[in-house]
Amino acid sequence: MTRTARRTGRPTQVAALGVGALLALSACSSSDDSSSADSDSSASASASDKVSGTVTVFAAASLKESFTALGKEFEKAHPGTKVTFSFGGSDSLAASITGGAPADVFASASPKTMAIVTDAGDASGTPTTFVRNQLEIATLPGNPDKIASLEDLTGSSLKVVLCDRTVPCGAAAQKALDASKLKLTPVSYEQDVKAALTKVELKEADAAVVYKTDVHAAGDKVEGVEFPESADAVNDYPIVRLKDARNAEAAEAFIALVRSAEGQKVLTGAGFLQP
Amino acid sequence: MTHPGKGPDGAADTVRGGPRRRRVRAQVGGVPLPLLVPALIGLAFLIVPLIALLVRAPWRSLPELLTSAEVWQALRLSLVCATAATAVSMVVGVPLAWLLARVEFPGRGLVRALVTLPLVLPPVVGGVALLMALGRNGIVGRSLDSWFGVTLPFTTAGVVVAEAFVALPFLVITVEGTLRAADPRYEEAAATLGASRFTAFRRVTLPLIAPGIAAGAVLAWARALGEFGATITFAGNFPGRTQTMPLAVYLALQSDPEAAIALSLVLLAVSVAVLAGLRDRWMTTG
Repeated sequence: MTRTARRTGRPTQVAALGVGALLALSACSSSDDSSSADSDSSASASASDKVSGTVTVFAAASLKESFTALGKEFEKAHPGTKVTFSFGGSDSLAASITGGAPADVFASASPKTMAIVTDAGDASGTPTTFVRNQLEIATLPGNPDKIASLEDLTGSSLKVVLCDRTVPCGAAAQKALDASKLKLTPVSYEQDVKAALTKVELKEADAAVVYKTDVHAAGDKVEGVEFPESADAVNDYPIVRLKDARNAEAAEAFIALVRSAEGQKVLTGAGFLQP
Repeated sequence: MTHPGKGPDGAADTVRGGPRRRRVRAQVGGVPLPLLVPALIGLAFLIVPLIALLVRAPWRSLPELLTSAEVWQALRLSLVCATAATAVSMVVGVPLAWLLARVEFPGRGLVRALVTLPLVLPPVVGGVALLMALGRNGIVGRSLDSWFGVTLPFTTAGVVVAEAFVALPFLVITVEGTLRAADPRYEEAAATLGASRFTAFRRVTLPLIAPGIAAGAVLAWARALGEFGATITFAGNFPGRTQTMPLAVYLALQSDPEAAIALSLVLLAVSVAVLAGLRDRWMTTG
């Protein structure tokens, strides 16, 4: 591990390199596994021959459920491969990629956060939009306050939480409010979309403006209310292979799966819109 | 955290005296290396990040960043809430510490463990626990809402509650340590002279442990000032109402790291100024 660190040698990235060394080690061991698996079953499909080893995917937190499912499908379709995920806020993921974190694929929740990576020259090719996400109002089960539109949230008796304007869901909500010339004073600007949703799940707030997929993932703990203004603030989710990908073939194969009809079915099932 | 051996009287005669202090300095040459090296590493570990913050600070744009009304709003709210949380902690914390130190009752060890529990609880979990207890739908909060129309989440009072929750254990532990080190015979003497237990506490114990209370209050205040997790979870984030400095710093970090550093510097400067001021006043034992 120390040898890897010394060879690549940028002192500010020691932590990232430590992780990199670990991943490199695990990549080695799993590619060994797969080559032996290949020799065992030489009659496997020709397309999957080239794909082996570990593919590391950095993806926006909102993709967690659907990408985890797709990762399992990928491992099944390409025996001997392993997909490891790092889910988090798109902005912090982008920052760690430009800081040298080892990843093969980056899927972000907004073109703005993707631009951090492409501007730094860390992407290979141009990112493609693979899904879109729309805002929805999350309210208490049974909708006791009879919320039917974005305008209903501006009533002063309701406790509404929004995401802070610095995070994508807050920026999108502000865009929707501006487009419909509504002024909404929330009780709180939450630090991320899950925190906003939690306030409604715990019944501390009456409503929150979150993503459709978050309402979907929360099940029957909240009730979703669609609003037409959300069409003005649809978030594009771009995906790209990274320049420093250690496993370019597997990375391309994973992106292909995400964009395939099969992948799109999983994503739309989670509440995403097709691009 | 507790300095049972550092009672007010014991500390005073080791540090106050002039000649004694000179002798301490002369001994530095004799510090054994196995102690000196880790001590210096520890010191560097604490100080280097602060120096880095100063080095990387956007000094040129600093005046512009710091004159915005939002910064002063957040700073004022931080100071008011931390002070209020310290006051709350003192009002309930000193009696609690006295109870733990002076009264024998079954399960005292368990109670003491429960008091220290918020120290190890991740503050975010503390915030969720407060929501379960005092939230609009919480087990106590529900009654507060229906009987008095009081809801704490998303209010400035909620910030004080969250900060007091994390700061109180610091005060209780410090004061209890001081009480245990203080000689109970003074109280017994007061009792033999006819003072009630409460009078003895008020007139004898309280002046005796005043430095310990001050030290505990300073610790609690510092902890409350930097409190983030419980505050954002329980009280939310709204400028001027619940957005304290640490919340402002965290959110600024997502869009404008330079502004975040500038905000941190303000918080750092204010805490250093206050702590240094208090140190001269009360904490001469330090």
